[in-house]
Amino acid sequence: MALVELHDVVKEFPGARRGDPVHRAVDGVDLRVEQGEIFAIIGYSGAGKSTLVRLVNALEPITSGRVVVDGVDVTTLPERGLRALRQGIGMIFQQFNLMESRTVWGNLAFPLTVAGVPKAEQQRRISELLHFVGLADKAHAHVTELSGGQKQRVGIARALATNPRLLLADEATSALDPETTRDVLDLLAKVNRELGTTILLITHEMDAVRRIAHRVAVMEQGRVVETGPVLDVFADPQHAVTRRFVGTVVDDLPPADVVAALRATHPGRLVRLAFRDPSVRQSEAFATLLRHDVSFELVFGGIEEIQGNSFGNLTLALDGDDAAIDAALAEVAVPWTEVAR
Amino acid sequence: MRALTSDTRLFDLQPEFWSAAGETVVMASTALLLGGALGLALGLGLHLTRKGGLFANRPVSVVLNVLVNFFRPIPFIIFIAALQPLARHVVGTGIGIRAATFGITIAALFGISRIVEQNLVTVNPGIIEAARAMGASRTRITLTVLVPEALGPLVLGYTFAFVAIVDMTAIAGVIAGGGLGSFAQRFGFRQFDQVVMWAAILVLVAMVMLIQVGGNLLARKVLRR
Repeated sequence: MALVELHDVVKEFPGARRGDPVHRAVDGVDLRVEQGEIFAIIGYSGAGKSTLVRLVNALEPITSGRVVVDGVDVTTLPERGLRALRQGIGMIFQQFNLMESRTVWGNLAFPLTVAGVPKAEQQRRISELLHFVGLADKAHAHVTELSGGQKQRVGIARALATNPRLLLADEATSALDPETTRDVLDLLAKVNRELGTTILLITHEMDAVRRIAHRVAVMEQGRVVETGPVLDVFADPQHAVTRRFVGTVVDDLPPADVVAALRATHPGRLVRLAFRDPSVRQSEAFATLLRHDVSFELVFGGIEEIQGNSFGNLTLALDGDDAAIDAALAEVAVPWTEVAR
Repeated sequence: MRALTSDTRLFDLQPEFWSAAGETVVMASTALLLGGALGLALGLGLHLTRKGGLFANRPVSVVLNVLVNFFRPIPFIIFIAALQPLARHVVGTGIGIRAATFGITIAALFGISRIVEQNLVTVNPGIIEAARAMGASRTRITLTVLVPEALGPLVLGYTFAFVAIVDMTAIAGVIAGGGLGSFAQRFGFRQFDQVVMWAAILVLVAMVMLIQVGGNLLARKVLRR
């Protein structure tokens, strides 16, 4: 059973002034997040992803549709039930949102006190959490003394305090530098791997998706335009927005101006081969072309690696007569597309 | 110079001087404590019921704002006189230190409520959201997150309020409130005794400075920055 299910979820905000049209931030989203996975939702700012994640723990009331978490319909829960639900869902934020009036220890104690954990047990749990996130020496540090990466580690520890099955990460690395981002992503992957915590990762960074997510949904203007396993989405993005996101970390697809330049120097047909099935070797594809007397030149492309799988797109300028090229392409064992003239 | 020293009655007035100083301390600190507590409650009410607040409630918010906006602009010298009948009802007398303290407390409570409201607005809403995401009740968030997060600025706000309260104690003389302010008026200003007046002023200034320094120290300790 899916841990989180969204059914035709709509969230509208009233206009800023009376008479302004309502703003539909989330527009009919259906999603299933499976137990134990890292599910990423990627989109540009304003796509509705941060609003969407706040519907999961009902920080924002839903306009229509249903949100089911762990079999419980959160849309109909009364305030008391919501508080119990939220104690079982951790959440981390872009700006960390730590309490500056408390020390690291005090921040971690808060969710435990809310959950009614006795003091002695809190002590044990907090030191366990601090060791897990690698901040054992910062227990009594004041929040303002910490670096951004350390603050997010405290945020993660705080979110994990009550052993939630689900962790919501709202742009958790967007305020961090690239190196710290990697550290925090590694920590999130460790949370998922070692504690089995399901993570719903909201981000606008495709690199974060590539690094730790299992599946990804792409959002644009309140809608999910594409969803699938990360490898599939990277290897074969369908939607224009997805292609732009994939292009930010993988640039094996020639942009239009590059295609135009290639056209000028290569009058023959341009064909893009997509390698993503590990059992098909590049050499086989090239051998097929040569067998049909089609010579080729590699004009654009790259081979990428995602979570242990390599994939890539290679654009070839083919040289040979049309019939031979058609025959060769019919035999090639990888998906291909002709680059339009 | 000779006139200044020989004509002053400061030495004869010493007992009155020190009891007036004591009255100022009693009036100001009572008003700060009571008005501060009530102002905190009203300020929380203003903040929590506003749009987007933890207990957002438009009708209550409107009523509280009208209440504060009605009483706050009334000049204190008129306010304290207008409050005399109510003071007779509540503290049993319309004049003297008790009536003055009552009037100052009421005036301070409205002023402090706005100071509290302004300081609570500075708390990062993300912190409140995080506390909600952890399943904390709204009352718990108010008492253990919202107020502690605003404590540094609140201390400075109360320090500011205390200075304003000391100012009010001087005006309380119009209903025979006593205190250093009215002492300075009666025995200094009206009897052309510059020494008496300046002695009272210096003690008042010392009092205010002491509180300001203490408030700054406390705020720094709370902010830990």
